[in-house]
Amino acid sequence: MTSLTPAKDIMPPPTERSTVLGWMKKNLFGSIGDTILTFVAGGFLLWLIYAIVKWIFTTAQWAAVTDNLQLYMKGQYPASEDWRLWLLMFLLALVVGLAWGIFLKRAEAVGWVLLIIPVVLALWLISLHREAWWKFLVVDVLAILGYFLGKRYPRKLARPTYILILLYMPLTILIVRGLGENGFMKLVPTNLWGGLLLSLLLAIFGIVFSFPIGVLLALGRQSKMPALKMLSVIYIELIRGVPLITLLFMGQLMLPFFLPAGITIDRVIRATVAIIMFAAAYMAENVRGGLQSIPKGQYEAADVVGLSGWQKMVFIILPQALRAVIPVLVGQFIGLFKDTSLVALVGLLDLLGIARGILANPNYIGRQLEVFAFIAMIYWVFSYGMSYASGRLETSLGVGER
Amino acid sequence: MTFKKSDHGAVPFWRDERYLQIIAQVVVVAALIALGYWLIHNLLTGLEALGTPLSFKFLGLTSQFDIGESMIEYSRNSTYTQALLVGLLNTIKVSFLGIVFATIFGIIVGIARLSKNWLVNKLAAIYVETLRNIPLLVFLIFLSTSVFHKLPRVKDALSAWGWAFLTNRGIYVVWPRPSGGWDVYKWFLLGAFIIGFIVAAIKFREGKKTGRMPLYWLWGFAVFALVAAISWFIAQFMAGPPMYLDFPTLQGRNFKGGQSLTPEFMAIFTGLVVYTSAFIAEVVRAGIQSVSKGQREAATAVGLSGFQTMRLVIFPQAMRVIIPPMTSQYLNLTKNSSLAIAVGYPDLFAVGSTIINQAGRAVEIILVTMGVYLTFSLLTAVFMNWYNKHTQLVER
Repeated sequence: MTSLTPAKDIMPPPTERSTVLGWMKKNLFGSIGDTILTFVAGGFLLWLIYAIVKWIFTTAQWAAVTDNLQLYMKGQYPASEDWRLWLLMFLLALVVGLAWGIFLKRAEAVGWVLLIIPVVLALWLISLHREAWWKFLVVDVLAILGYFLGKRYPRKLARPTYILILLYMPLTILIVRGLGENGFMKLVPTNLWGGLLLSLLLAIFGIVFSFPIGVLLALGRQSKMPALKMLSVIYIELIRGVPLITLLFMGQLMLPFFLPAGITIDRVIRATVAIIMFAAAYMAENVRGGLQSIPKGQYEAADVVGLSGWQKMVFIILPQALRAVIPVLVGQFIGLFKDTSLVALVGLLDLLGIARGILANPNYIGRQLEVFAFIAMIYWVFSYGMSYASGRLETSLGVGER
Repeated sequence: MTFKKSDHGAVPFWRDERYLQIIAQVVVVAALIALGYWLIHNLLTGLEALGTPLSFKFLGLTSQFDIGESMIEYSRNSTYTQALLVGLLNTIKVSFLGIVFATIFGIIVGIARLSKNWLVNKLAAIYVETLRNIPLLVFLIFLSTSVFHKLPRVKDALSAWGWAFLTNRGIYVVWPRPSGGWDVYKWFLLGAFIIGFIVAAIKFREGKKTGRMPLYWLWGFAVFALVAAISWFIAQFMAGPPMYLDFPTLQGRNFKGGQSLTPEFMAIFTGLVVYTSAFIAEVVRAGIQSVSKGQREAATAVGLSGFQTMRLVIFPQAMRVIIPPMTSQYLNLTKNSSLAIAVGYPDLFAVGSTIINQAGRAVEIILVTMGVYLTFSLLTAVFMNWYNKHTQLVER
């Protein structure tokens, strides 16, 4: 065996020499049909690019967008309280940086994408205060600081980072909403929340709160107890069978009736409840997919070592099942983020609602194309960014495949 | 060796898992019933206090509102039930047409996505990635406000060689309409259909017997078309031309003749088709890619042509992977058609919400609407179960 050539001395297999022309011949002009197809598609693409670029720089009037950047980004959230949103941004940058440094050592590319999210968010906020460019710098510095700290002391910082991630959600609610009537951190009522801020908050609330409910429903559907199983199935199929918009209307019009007289609930919370109820059913199906992917041997092994039903689920099955469904959950989060636009139909001022409000302003009559192109781009950047990041995460960490 | 219960001492029932499970279920069910009772009690008393106790009797009252487009007779003197029926039919119409066209476009884009031509491949990828990452509602409102309502006014209508006119009041297209010979011709058509069906069935059986499956659907269709074409002339000879082309023409301030498609319908229809086709494209692509490479190579090795490989080897196997997600896309399209309310197309949900605004019967209308959508998805689920049973891989 000693006579084997060491691996490093073996030449890699010869690759096809690729030249630009060769590549073009292979991929664009392989046959006559291919050539025609290339010319048609190329012509169409050039025309499309030309039309779009021309429109952006000549025909389009961007005043409806540039005058109202603040509204698109945060609705009527008072300017005096902007520092709270910035605080959240700083925290987010730090958390993302830390998480990147600690958990994603092997996945540099993913880190870059994750870094882009706070940068985009920062660009959002910089559009609120052009003079406050230094805050933008702080966001980046914090993210990079977090990264290096995380890389240097992964052991020590892992636990605080977990706690920070868990705390981030309640902290967000607390900071955005505020505490007292006035003074420091004064209360900002939900009717002032709007724009991208509201869209993101609704999506995050939806996914975070629907998660535990979805897991319970999935377990219920898999359980051997007939009554629980039936209830879970009924809930899941009932919700999945109706459009989200009917649930939102139900939240706005029917929910008040279900509560005793005199109790009213905030409109944003009503919409959030509808979104959570909706997301939970889909979450349950996703988690069920994960549960079904766990080989039977795992259940049997857990039984053999004498774990109780709950212990088996919590320590053996769920950790593996949830790991397997992470990519699907990211997909669901993207879907939910897009679905939050439906709240505009029940009168909330999320990104779409704000856009419709701005278009109702007589100063911006007929500027629909610009406004919708702008908000479509925002939705697109976030959705595509997230799906790209999760795709990279999957490949580099091997999540979802075993 | 046998275990006796007494060997270990009887397990008290509060630690016996079987009893615990039953107790847990009873508790959960009881709690839910109590909660449900409480909620419904609140609902009923609340509605009672408003003077509108829960009842569906109001559905027989006259609606007193107009609906933009309807497939059945409807006026403001019709009942709420009829209004809801109009909405339901509109939902079915846009969903059905949407499903047909989205499937066609989706398959084209899905195949383009697999094209070896780099440019075509990338164009399809851009199409899919753009549409999948923006909300449907934004796309719909964009189409409605910036495309279909921004078309030129009637007097400067965009004309497509006189066959179609695009205006901001709607799109008018040339349409075949029955004329004198239709009464005779429709029986011929039925006959042609039956003959075509029989031919297809014969060819199918032949294929089953010999193992060389002919293009039986193409045979059936060709025979149908042939018989229909010949009988056209017979019908024309007997009772005049069966159909004529109704061209839209500008008369006064509006177009007359042809088939008119309202901007509202066009917005929801185009939106649903384009949006769903992006998802269907991904389903088709994943389905075709799921067929292992060896299958394609084996087909080439036994000398099948590219088309034959696709038809006889790849497609039948891809179908098994494609159909389930495809049905769920169809269901999504149907549910998404409820967003028609944002563009003003009177589908079931839009009509329902008009009734809510007018009659104040929110609870009843929401229940009816949800019931209808649930029925759709239950029917789909039944179909899916049937399909899965029939196409399940028989493991050997």
